[in-house]
Amino acid sequence: MELLKKYPKLFQWLFLLVAFFTLCFAIDVPETYKFIRGQAEFIKDPNQSTYTLFGAEVRYYAFDVFWRLPPLLGWLPIWINDSLFFLMNDWMPIEFWNEDTQEFKTQPLVLQITRNLTSFITFLIELIREILLGGVETIVAFTSWDWISENSWAKLPGLPWTIVAAGAAILGYKLSGKGLALFAAIVMIYISIFGQWKPSMQTLSFILVAAPLSFIFGLGLGVAAFKSKRVEKALYPILLVMQTMPQYAVLVPAIVLFGVGDHAGVIITMVVAVPPMILLTLLGLRGVSPEVIEAGRMSGCNNLQLMFKVLIPTARRDILIGVNQVIMVCFSMAVISAFIGAKGLGFNLLLALNQLNIGLALEAGLCISLIAILLDKLSLAWANKQTDYFGHLTFFERYKNLLFFSFAILIGLIFAYVGSFYFKEGFNYLYEIPHNKGISTADFWNKGVDWIWDTFFQTLKIFNTWLIVDVLQPMRAAYLRMPIVATFVLVMGAGYIIGGIRSALTVGGLTLFIALSPWWDRALVTTYMATFGVILSCIIGFTVGTLCFQNKHTTNFMLGVCDIFQTFPSFVYLIPVMMLFGVTDTSVLIAVVVYATIPATRYTIEGLKSVPSSLHDAASMSGVTKIQRLLKIEFPLALPHMMLGLNQTIVFALFMVIIGAFIGTEDLGQYILKAISDKKGAGIGLTLGLCVAFIGLVFDHLIRTWVNKRKKHLGID
Amino acid sequence: MTDTVIKCESVYKIFGTNAKKMLQEANGNVDAKTFQENGCIVGVNNASFEVLKGEMLVVMGLSGSGKSTLLRCISRLTDATAGKIFIEGQDLLSLNNKELIELRRNKMGMVFQSFALLPHKTVVENIAFPLQIKGIKTKDSINKAMEMVKLVGLDGRENYFPRELSGGQQQRVGIARSLAVEPDIWFLDEPFSALDPLIRKEMQDEFLRLQEKLQKTIMFITHDFDEALKLADRIAIMKDGIIEQLDTPANIVLNPATEYVKKFTEEVPREKVLKIEDVMEKPNNENLSDLKVLRNEIIENVAEKILTQEKSVSVIDENNQIVGTVHPSKIIHTVFGGKKSND
Repeated sequence: MELLKKYPKLFQWLFLLVAFFTLCFAIDVPETYKFIRGQAEFIKDPNQSTYTLFGAEVRYYAFDVFWRLPPLLGWLPIWINDSLFFLMNDWMPIEFWNEDTQEFKTQPLVLQITRNLTSFITFLIELIREILLGGVETIVAFTSWDWISENSWAKLPGLPWTIVAAGAAILGYKLSGKGLALFAAIVMIYISIFGQWKPSMQTLSFILVAAPLSFIFGLGLGVAAFKSKRVEKALYPILLVMQTMPQYAVLVPAIVLFGVGDHAGVIITMVVAVPPMILLTLLGLRGVSPEVIEAGRMSGCNNLQLMFKVLIPTARRDILIGVNQVIMVCFSMAVISAFIGAKGLGFNLLLALNQLNIGLALEAGLCISLIAILLDKLSLAWANKQTDYFGHLTFFERYKNLLFFSFAILIGLIFAYVGSFYFKEGFNYLYEIPHNKGISTADFWNKGVDWIWDTFFQTLKIFNTWLIVDVLQPMRAAYLRMPIVATFVLVMGAGYIIGGIRSALTVGGLTLFIALSPWWDRALVTTYMATFGVILSCIIGFTVGTLCFQNKHTTNFMLGVCDIFQTFPSFVYLIPVMMLFGVTDTSVLIAVVVYATIPATRYTIEGLKSVPSSLHDAASMSGVTKIQRLLKIEFPLALPHMMLGLNQTIVFALFMVIIGAFIGTEDLGQYILKAISDKKGAGIGLTLGLCVAFIGLVFDHLIRTWVNKRKKHLGID
Repeated sequence: MTDTVIKCESVYKIFGTNAKKMLQEANGNVDAKTFQENGCIVGVNNASFEVLKGEMLVVMGLSGSGKSTLLRCISRLTDATAGKIFIEGQDLLSLNNKELIELRRNKMGMVFQSFALLPHKTVVENIAFPLQIKGIKTKDSINKAMEMVKLVGLDGRENYFPRELSGGQQQRVGIARSLAVEPDIWFLDEPFSALDPLIRKEMQDEFLRLQEKLQKTIMFITHDFDEALKLADRIAIMKDGIIEQLDTPANIVLNPATEYVKKFTEEVPREKVLKIEDVMEKPNNENLSDLKVLRNEIIENVAEKILTQEKSVSVIDENNQIVGTVHPSKIIHTVFGGKKSND
């Protein structure tokens, strides 16, 4: 009884676990139950039950409701699909003036809007792309194809790579100094001489449109949410779901609405990149101290000045993290958008991975990562830049960057012109180094992969087999063995213990959605893979983080490493693991572990860092050893922050599991991937996306509630 | 020089959703307790006073006494729930947003407890900020700001960021910023509370020096009674939103109006606060000693001289005219006598 009073929560947890396992063992696996593989769902089977709702027929295997719930939401994807098609093709036909045919044309409103949006974004992308690479579409946009064919001179020539490289270096110098200039130059020259110029510039043009648009929308909506409670309340649930929604899932509806191509990619990128930007803007603006706002008001700011000269600059730190996130997401999406026809490095990467040409994939991946790091650094430097009012600058000093750039243009043009005489064979290396003429290291890497396979084949195979047979298969079986009642007891019980009735109902509702969808088994597989990844990541991340924290230099080093790794687009992580482990579940899991370890490590270090130094001193004066201090003081106090890291780790792991479907796994991701190539996939893709998002949200809710309570308990905020 | 610059008439500030309605029902008789039971918090309760041109009014009160709220009502950072506020005869509450901004850009300056500097701007940029908001050209505003930097003694640090400065230096920037537009009215909200005692004293002296030079109309908020005595022309002591007493420092020390005020005055070393003129008597034709003291001398500085005399000492003003007398026994009485028995 004493113990019970002292640790009431502990006994609640124990009771919950006992109830869970009792249910698991009490309910037998139905004899007819089998995990449904691949296409089997699409084959009509006399054992299936059916029901019809809203005109949609849903087929499913019926089980005892304690074991699996019937897919009562099975009609949802079909219904979403139908509504989308109705919206696009039939809803609100309005007459529009058509320039080309010079007559009024009836078109549904949504279709017209999306078409206009599409052409606007396409124009922006083409404009930047043609400045960098040359082309005619921008001029066509102002004139017509006929006019172009009559005037063959009229096209944007595209800048020689030397000028772009010099421009990047000068920009780096202007914003930060020699270091960044050197880095920019090296990146650009690397891209060029390794023959990745064209796809890189295509990707760059994609990002130069997507990132600023996402930034503007995110900032705008963040400000709106800050100003109006109502906007915030309306946005909040969307933001929450979008944070945990896998990026694949939004691809499919985007195809329906906007078609295929770079513009659709940009739009989805915005959909994915805007939510974190909004959240961080809001967080930053909330953090501005009221006295600073009052100081702004007393300085006579009107509302606009207050926002742009006081609030946003003061909230700069968080907004910058937002920009950083936007850039990261943009690069991630630049690759994923290749699935729906965006050009550039992402497309090459996917192609190379599909052909199992690891060397080529590695080159493309490296280029993307380098450009990502460069843009990240440039944006940071731009935000931190300060003006010098007191230098009495000469004309030369004031305009030296401009002068240098003009000079670079001149030199670049001369080089390109000279080059055109020198390289007569059709490729002007001083203008643009074509893809197949650059230095390629692909063969080297491919040979390396072959060598690894030849040398370590046995070892890797043994490891692989052991992992799959002895760890993964049993784990997977255990997850699938869970009766639905037991799952609900576990999830809602945890919700109740952590956050009371409200939490229990919230997580229960989210789980119910997944349970009623036709993909419960697959969701379990997704969860199992994510769980495996999360456990390993946490062990590695917490250990590495704690060890690194013991020393100031290693701490900063590790945070720097995390920064760089975070900048890599998620897809890039698949390359090295495929190199080592080929196309297996192991590859995916290792990618998951590597990717999810980043937030685990980072939050561990930041959590430990957040422990006030006065407590360190107090502990030292009480005569604790290093280990005691770690266990008794630092861990308990850092735990809330570390749990937020766990939250991020889960989200990262889920994303990677879904992306891993590209290699081939049997979870929800595979279906999302399939939905992309399905004409009626939009509804399926979206529903699947929601399922994954909800898995994430269940954990997110539980962890956040716990963290908030814990923080209140410890009196830190 | 007796123009009224700030004038408040029955100003109320009550926080809560149905504050206005409750205030109407209360009919001018606001009781903090009943309001609190109904979910309203009384910030300022029936404040009426005037501040004259060039005068420094110090509002003193402990935390939660509503002193900062009162200041925010007068600067209209929050809108008063009821009452009238006039700034140089202009009804503050009737101003629209544009007029209010105009007023702040030209007439008002404010200094904050936590300095409230913009972290992304350097010292000089921070000071130039109100000027740039007004639309003054960058170059002119920077030049003006540099003058201000010199005025508050931060030369050589104009390109530092706030985070690179100490608390005292940061508050100097805050002061310079509030003075950049050359306002007539100067609000200071606990400007020295966040500073160390030594720095605080230094800043108070600096502040008095500035005020001597600039002669602004000032409302100064503090929770430190000693600071109030040192700086104020007049002091308003607030408790629970009510102004308990508003008078000159000497009168407050000598005649505290309420028990609450008395608690503050008991510990005050009177010889350090009171001036000779506060204790002198009217000149009569008694025998006077040869010693003459200036009327605005602090007692502490002349006590020794007076106490060595046997007869009354004559008090003179700046023009060497005798305006009163003071007997040594009066000094002894003021310093040592009757602290507990109210004189």
